[in-house]
Amino acid sequence: MKFIVAIILTAMLAFISGLFLPWWGIAIAALLVALVIHQKSGKAFLSGLLGVSILWGALSFWINIKNDGILSVKIAKILPLNGNQVYLILLTALVGGLVAGFAAMSGSYLRSSKSSN
Amino acid sequence: MRIVPFTISIIVTAGLVIALNRQWGTIPPIGKFLSPQHGFWRNAEPSDQSFDAELNFPELKGKADVYFDERLVPHVFAENDEDLYFIQGYLHAKFRLFQMDLQTKAAAGRASEIAGKKAINYDKEQRRLGMVYAAENALKEIEKDSKSKILFDAYTNGINEYIGSLKESEIPIEYKLLNIKPEKWTNIRSVILLKMMAKMLSSGTENDLANTNAKSVFMPDELKIMYPQVHDSLEPIIPKGIVFEKPAIVPVKPLTADSLYLGKSEPIAVNEISKPDINNGSNNWVVAGIKTQTGAPILCNDPHLDLSLPSIWFEIQLQTPACNAYGVSLPGAPFVIIGFNDSIAWGVTNAQRDVKDYYEIKFKNNTKKEYWFNGKWEPTSLRIEEIKVKGSETVYDTVAYTAFGPVMFDESFSNELSNKKNLAVRWTAHDPSNEGITFYRLNRAKNYDDYVNAIKAFSCPGQNFIFASKSGDIAIWQQGKFPARWERQGLYIMPGDDTSYLWQGFIPQSENPHIKNPERGFLESANQRPVDSTYPYFIPGSYITPRAITINKLLSGMNGITPADMMKMQNNYFNTLGEYARSTLLAFVNENELSATEKKYLDFVKNWDLLASPDSKGQTVYQCWWDSLEVGIWKDELTRVNPQAPWPEEETLMELLKKDTTLKFIDDINTPQKETLHDVVTVALKKASVDLQKKEAEGKLEWAKYKNTTIYHLLKDALPAFARSGLNVGGNGNIINAITHTHGPSWRMIVQLNTPTEAYGVYPGGQSGNPGSKYYDDYIDNWVEGKYNKLWFMRDGDRTDKNVKWTMKFRKS
Repeated sequence: MKFIVAIILTAMLAFISGLFLPWWGIAIAALLVALVIHQKSGKAFLSGLLGVSILWGALSFWINIKNDGILSVKIAKILPLNGNQVYLILLTALVGGLVAGFAAMSGSYLRSSKSSN
Repeated sequence: MRIVPFTISIIVTAGLVIALNRQWGTIPPIGKFLSPQHGFWRNAEPSDQSFDAELNFPELKGKADVYFDERLVPHVFAENDEDLYFIQGYLHAKFRLFQMDLQTKAAAGRASEIAGKKAINYDKEQRRLGMVYAAENALKEIEKDSKSKILFDAYTNGINEYIGSLKESEIPIEYKLLNIKPEKWTNIRSVILLKMMAKMLSSGTENDLANTNAKSVFMPDELKIMYPQVHDSLEPIIPKGIVFEKPAIVPVKPLTADSLYLGKSEPIAVNEISKPDINNGSNNWVVAGIKTQTGAPILCNDPHLDLSLPSIWFEIQLQTPACNAYGVSLPGAPFVIIGFNDSIAWGVTNAQRDVKDYYEIKFKNNTKKEYWFNGKWEPTSLRIEEIKVKGSETVYDTVAYTAFGPVMFDESFSNELSNKKNLAVRWTAHDPSNEGITFYRLNRAKNYDDYVNAIKAFSCPGQNFIFASKSGDIAIWQQGKFPARWERQGLYIMPGDDTSYLWQGFIPQSENPHIKNPERGFLESANQRPVDSTYPYFIPGSYITPRAITINKLLSGMNGITPADMMKMQNNYFNTLGEYARSTLLAFVNENELSATEKKYLDFVKNWDLLASPDSKGQTVYQCWWDSLEVGIWKDELTRVNPQAPWPEEETLMELLKKDTTLKFIDDINTPQKETLHDVVTVALKKASVDLQKKEAEGKLEWAKYKNTTIYHLLKDALPAFARSGLNVGGNGNIINAITHTHGPSWRMIVQLNTPTEAYGVYPGGQSGNPGSKYYDDYIDNWVEGKYNKLWFMRDGDRTDKNVKWTMKFRKS
């Protein structure tokens, strides 16, 4: 249950951070959630990763549908992902997720280091 | 206990963030770039995007509304000029910001700020050509006129209000890819854009450096044969037989010219870095009411430029109570450049005249502070150019300015091969002028007199302004500021020790070639020499002859003309040069020496319908064969000097071979035997066949496939994903539909001046500069197929018309 709440909370907070902060606001969001909802480091990592992956994946998926894939095909040629829109959405999700995952893991260690004092 | 893993974990996180937040080579900051709330996804415009808006700005004087039609063409209705151009600036920035920013930076020699080290030499050349110096001189002239200053200020304010309103996540995608930010606009940047056009159209029309090389190996009579001033087949803009006025200026050749200037000289060995494309030409023509079905004149124009995405043009209608103009504008500059209003229509083609000369300068020493002029050492004025380089140190370059102009080439900038000559450049684009006012006035012109008054101010680049009015007049003026030269002045580098080789004056504006309402009922220009040899001035240039011949022939034979006829004509594929050249090729090829494959190719040419259509194999074989023949005939001679002498025009060779089949240049000077025309024509086909076989194996023998017409994004090879390639179009530079690999009709317009005005147009691009918008390239398919958009010349009463898709309200805040 904690795990799911953490994922949802990370996604929400990351989205809000995106309105005011640079893109790396997702790291702060994930770290904060991990501080508030304490989980073991591995679980924290996963919930951070999933929270932002789901957010970034869903946002880019939605934007891509509205755009009829006009831009993603072009960007997926530049990056280079063979012009594959799906790969580009997955890459987007993965990059955001990794940053948030490590941030959440840091949060988890920070809280446990505090409690062990 | 947990401090160690925490530290490791936080370092990994921070490291990841830092790594994904910075640029690696050409890879953008990937975290920032991929973020759906910050990066490129924000540029993926929803296909049902609304452009409705209510905007408030303190600069506005009254209220204004912009109505967008379904093609995203804005129809601007303002109460006064200032608001009108403020809004034009705002709209240009909204739809084309990166393009404006990049083009003006590059023109000002600031490309290194974006591209890094590899652009330093390009930037130096722009600075040394005096691009910014030219713009400064023009801006002074513009700002002297308070009305002009107000208009340019308003335009600049509009751009800056848009830039100021942009959040970082909303900037155009190219900025995100390059990891740079937009820069505020200033009036001088609009002027630099006009100078960019001046360079594009009047800087490559001379060949002085290469001609000087040619002069070192060829005799004067050979030079006249290889590079003639007037072609026999010329159909000039001003029809033959018109008598010209007595010239007001008769320039005098300096006494030393034969010995110091026209005689042999050592090769110069300078290669220009960014020489504009010789194909930068265009077509325009106008037919009078006597030749049209409705009895109203029809005006047509298709300017040929480097094709790019975003397009160089942006379609717009600009209306105030005193002005109602529709047409295409240049993002980065106010006004409609090519278009029509309630009373008239106008268009432009390039004059192709040579308005840029080089002078050899002697410096006292390396400091470049003094140069030898009129028998003494005169001070230069030194301009220190600061070139900022992305990812590297700033580069400084000192340019000396003389009585002639900037010393473009000297010891510190003369390319590797140079023998260290100092060459100053004299170019009319450096002289103070206000070209903008021409378009301001044309947008408001009501009749022939207004038109003539409007174009008078236009100095550089020289243009053929074609005109038609609802009152039935048709006219054309070749307008510009052109030096009055003595015979052969400025074909080669001139001595710069004193004033004797300076231009002695300019051809008076009233003596510029012009004609109104000719009996034949039509006028045309297609970059040919404007006049025949009876014009009393020496006017060198890079003229293109064949297109005008085709246009003349077609228009002479037409009557009861409709806009649909004109559309067909703008898309015409007839190869006039090919018609003449083929008869020579077929008459001299030795068929018995050909292999079966070579015979097959020969048959393509024999059976060719003389059209450069997309699926034509005959056009491909002919072109390869002819190009191969040009190499066979000229290359041995041209490479007698290094760098090589310029290629004679294809028209020249065609005419020479018609006149003299034993032309001495036919012989290959590098072989002991004497080649005949039979030999070189046959060998040319054999050589071309080798290349053709390769192309055929790749399935690229059809002309469109062979040519592979591509519209690149402005960042060219760096962003092939933003380009459109493999377009199924025919044509070539010497054909009316002048589409080459990357070059061609950048706008096709047809205006019939009846009531209401009936106008059609299309350009190979789209209104939006955003590669993530469906309006980025949505006109290209129509352009390829030769189809047109009907231009909606909106009236005041149409504000609630169903053609209005979105409305942008501009109000004073």
